[in-house]
Formats: sequence, structure tokens, C-alpha cells
Amino acid sequence: MSTTNTVQQLVHNKVSLALHTLRVGSGTPLLLLHGLGEHSPSTVPEVAARWPGPIYALDFTGHGQSSVPAGGGYSCEILLADVDIALRYLGGACLLGRGIGAYIALLAAGARPELVHGAVLTDGPGLAGGATHISAVTEIATVGDRSGQTPDPWALIELSRDARPANYASTFARLSVTGPNDIDPIAVCCVVRPPWIEAINEEPGVMTGLSAQEALESYAAR
Amino acid sequence: MYSRGTYVVVDPGIVRTDDDVVVVVDDDEPPSKKLETTAKTAKPNTPHSRYLWSRVRKNITNHTRRHFGRRRVIQPMTNLPSFPGAQRPARSYRTDADGVSIATYEWGNESDPPLFLVHGGSDFAGTYDVFAPIMAAAGYRVISWDHRGHGDSDHTALYGWDADIRDALTVMSSITNKAAPVVAHSKGGALMLQLADASPYRISKLVNIDGMPSKRRMPDAPDHDQTRMMAGEITGWLDFRHEAALAHRKPGSLHDLAVRRGKMNPRLPIEWLEYLVTIGARQDDDGWRWKLDPTMRFGGFGPWRPEWTLLRMIALGMPFLGLIGTIDEPMGWGTRPRDLAPWIPRNGRLEAIHDVGHFVHIEKPNEVSAMILEFLS
Repeated sequence: MSTTNTVQQLVHNKVSLALHTLRVGSGTPLLLLHGLGEHSPSTVPEVAARWPGPIYALDFTGHGQSSVPAGGGYSCEILLADVDIALRYLGGACLLGRGIGAYIALLAAGARPELVHGAVLTDGPGLAGGATHISAVTEIATVGDRSGQTPDPWALIELSRDARPANYASTFARLSVTGPNDIDPIAVCCVVRPPWIEAINEEPGVMTGLSAQEALESYAAR
Repeated sequence: MYSRGTYVVVDPGIVRTDDDVVVVVDDDEPPSKKLETTAKTAKPNTPHSRYLWSRVRKNITNHTRRHFGRRRVIQPMTNLPSFPGAQRPARSYRTDADGVSIATYEWGNESDPPLFLVHGGSDFAGTYDVFAPIMAAAGYRVISWDHRGHGDSDHTALYGWDADIRDALTVMSSITNKAAPVVAHSKGGALMLQLADASPYRISKLVNIDGMPSKRRMPDAPDHDQTRMMAGEITGWLDFRHEAALAHRKPGSLHDLAVRRGKMNPRLPIEWLEYLVTIGARQDDDGWRWKLDPTMRFGGFGPWRPEWTLLRMIALGMPFLGLIGTIDEPMGWGTRPRDLAPWIPRNGRLEAIHDVGHFVHIEKPNEVSAMILEFLS
């Protein structure tokens, strides 16, 4: 294995996604998903240093070196589709998500149980999300002169208030155990426990009470 | 209005979604495949990458022509169909909504009080071409617009509920910052319920035409079966996202497109649908194509719950008129009058119009416009 930092551009409809290769190697890839308003790290973070395979990191739409669409329209489901593009390119991966990346990792584990070889959920920006019920928020006059830059201010606004009902999150947790891999596919390693995390804690296939390093070692051993 | 597309394999190499979208998933020409790979790996947003993608799109068009046998150039039609009572807008222009160009239209005198019309999903402002002139003749400056991805507005990379509402606010603010009456149909009605709840000072009176979704229509199935159904919706949507960049609309004659539309609008006369084609579709060398962004895919999944719209509706303080047809249609919500009765706001009323489908104002423009004009007065 050797450390590197190259960027591959993947096409997701009209958006160009930046997939960073942080370490080349063989075996199951580890895919890092950053927090809301963040971008991929340029080097392998310490928490993932002992991962035995290649390590990649994805910039979500409107973040890092991915392109910025005009006029917003973000949702966590679009970010899920970002990850799905990367998963198919990699042929599957273990996911390590920070903040909103943790929520997206849960969605990906439920949506593509055959491609996600474990999802490690950790603290970070955008972990909580928005309401779990209706909320009256629509009028935002402008994003100022930051339009076109990353992180896209529309991403920060829209993704910080996306609805995450408890039963929606628990549905994805239930779907995650339908895959062919003999693992508990979700590892909750965050200290902060927003309602969607509380909702999945008791679901089958969800591990709690272990650190992110322990969870990664557990998935690496499978 | 939400329709659910299903994938139908029509021949090797092409996946067709719904009845109108073609996705080339496995080009049979090695040079095209190589070109596509090159385009995907090129540095994005550069002149070179734009050139490569234009080559890919051209190859796809040629590929589709081979599969659908439409190599011939069709002579442009000059004698386009009209429809009794339909009038194109008196004025049309573009409104910039945070970098998204929104096609905006007006009927009536500019000095008259404004009235906003909001169309439904998969529709466009031209679907008001009979209804809007009636309202304009009654003394309103009638304003409508094509939602992003619809009609002549920009196709965007992302589509979302809040983005549609922001676009609406941009258009409305360009006309007036005072409260104004709004008439909205289907998805547009649900959007305006949210806007009226969040910014009540924007809307003086609200008319919602069959845009009041109640609980999601789900078959009587146990939880585990519903979870499995949702898994199918998720994977179907994600699979489509992989191919969305290559999706484009299937060409056809003007009549072909009207017939396709008729599957979703079975109660509307073919003459009306053919008239809509002349506005909502464009005429290319190889035929007509609906302008609706082929990367949009309605239905599917998400955290939103239809009943949340009703929780907003009961909270409204401005005068409210809800209109609902009693005949279910593919593009409708499946809501029954009895579903809505508990959620009508104190200052509002619901009118069930019998023997009418989802497009209440199109099926009965005179009756509905009279009812709305009385309400607005």
C-alpha cells in the first residue's frame, strides 16, 4: 500500500463528483464521507490509518472539488445518489461517514446492502439534520456573493434542515440487513444522538458502544 | 401530481422509462463508448469537456434514430393546431432565480391587480391558456411561469420542493411584494400551501385546485412487504440517476406526443393535448420532443409525508378555497373530499366538483373560473 492523493471525476447527471484516492491497495475499499460544509481530507485520517485496503474520499455535490449546480435543490437523497455513483465505480466499499456523511452512509447501507460492507457513523457537521416533522421555512432572499463557490451555500441551507423522520431512518436500517454480507452493517460511533440515531439504535444489525476504530477493525476482519 | 415510472426494456442497449424517456445504457458503437469514457474523465466545466459531451449527445441522438427508425428529417410544421378559447400570453420574458432562468408569462393589462397561477408537476404555464384569459378578461394581470425543468425554464442539476418555492418567490417578488391572490393546481397547489404557511403575508387569497395530498396511497400490505416495495423504489431511482446524464426525450409526431400525454390525461380531448404539444414540446429535425427535463423522475421515495401538507393547510389564516374533482386520474393525488374535511382552515371552504377528474379547471373552465372569480371578489 502507498499513500497518494489523486482525484477522479465521476459524472452524476449534470454534476461532476470528485473522488479522491488517498491510498492505493487491494481488498475492500474504505470510502470517507465528509460532514456538511466540509470537503474530503487530503491525507488518510488517523481514525482510518489501520484500514488494510485502499482508501477513497468523496466530495458531495456542491462541496470540495465537485461542481456547484445553479439554484440549489439539495436533498440527502441526492447525496445518497452521489455515494451510489462512487460505490458502483469502486465495486462496493465500507463507509466511514462524518456528520451528514454518517446519515448518508446509513441511507446507502439500506439502499445498496450488497455494495456497502459496513457503515461507520461518527460525529460531525450536519449529523442532526432538520425537523422530524413539518417546519415552516421557505423564504430565503439570497445567498449573497458566495454563489458558485464550495461549499455551496444552498447546500448548507437546504441540507441543514432536511426532514429526518424516525421511521424513515429505521426503514433504511432494516433494509441494510437484507444484504448478502454476514455482518452487522451499521456501527453507531457518535456521541451526539439526534432522533434519527435514537430510532435506529435498537434495530437489528446496528452496533453501538464501540469506537470508530473498533468498528473499522471489525469490518476489516470480515 | 406524481406519476410512477417503470423501467421497460425495449431492446438491447436501451432502457425506456415511462413512455417518453430514452436512456442509452450500452452504446453499440465502440467509438461512442470510448468517447463517453473520455468525456467522463475529462476535467469538467472546460471547453474541452463541453466539446466532448456535445459529441456524446450527438452520438446518442444518432443511436436513437437508428433504434427508432427516425433518420428522416421531418419538415417543420407551420400550421399548428389551435384550441377554442386558448390564447397565448400577451407578454413573455425570463426571470433570473439564483442563476436559474425562469420562463415567465402574463395575460391581461399590466395596470390590473396581479393574480398568480401556479401549474402542477410535468405541466407548464401554457396549460392555463384557456383559464388565464378568462381571469384576465375579468380584470386581472395574470402571471404564471414554467417551473425549473418544465416548459421553457432552465433544466437544472437539482430539483427540490424548497427550490421550487424559492423560484416562485423570485417571480412573485419581481411583480409585487404585497399580498396577492394565488390559484394553484396539483403539485403547484401543495407548493403554495407551504408558501402560504411559511410566508402568509405573501398571499391574500389562496385557491387550491386538487393539490391537497392526503395520506400516501399504499396497498393494504404488511410492514415487511411495504419495506420491500420501498427498496424497489429506492433502487429504481438510484439506477436511473446513473443513466440520467444520457437521458433524452423520445421524438415523435405531434399526434404521437399528444397520445402519450393522453395516457396520463385520459379525460382531456386529443385536440387540447395536441395544442399543448405546440407549447410544451419543441420541434427538432427528427420530430417533436416534450421539453420537460428527461432527468426528472417523479415518484419514488423520501422523508416527506403527504399529510404534512394538510397540517399546513389547517393553519392558514387567509381566505381559502379548495376545489377537488371526484374522479381519480393517474396524475391526481387520490384524495377524497372526506379526507380533507377535517383539515379545511377556519376561513376556508372545500368544493367537490362531481364528474370531473384532476384537471378541474381544464375540464370545466367556465364553471371553475366563475366560482374562483366570485371567491376572489
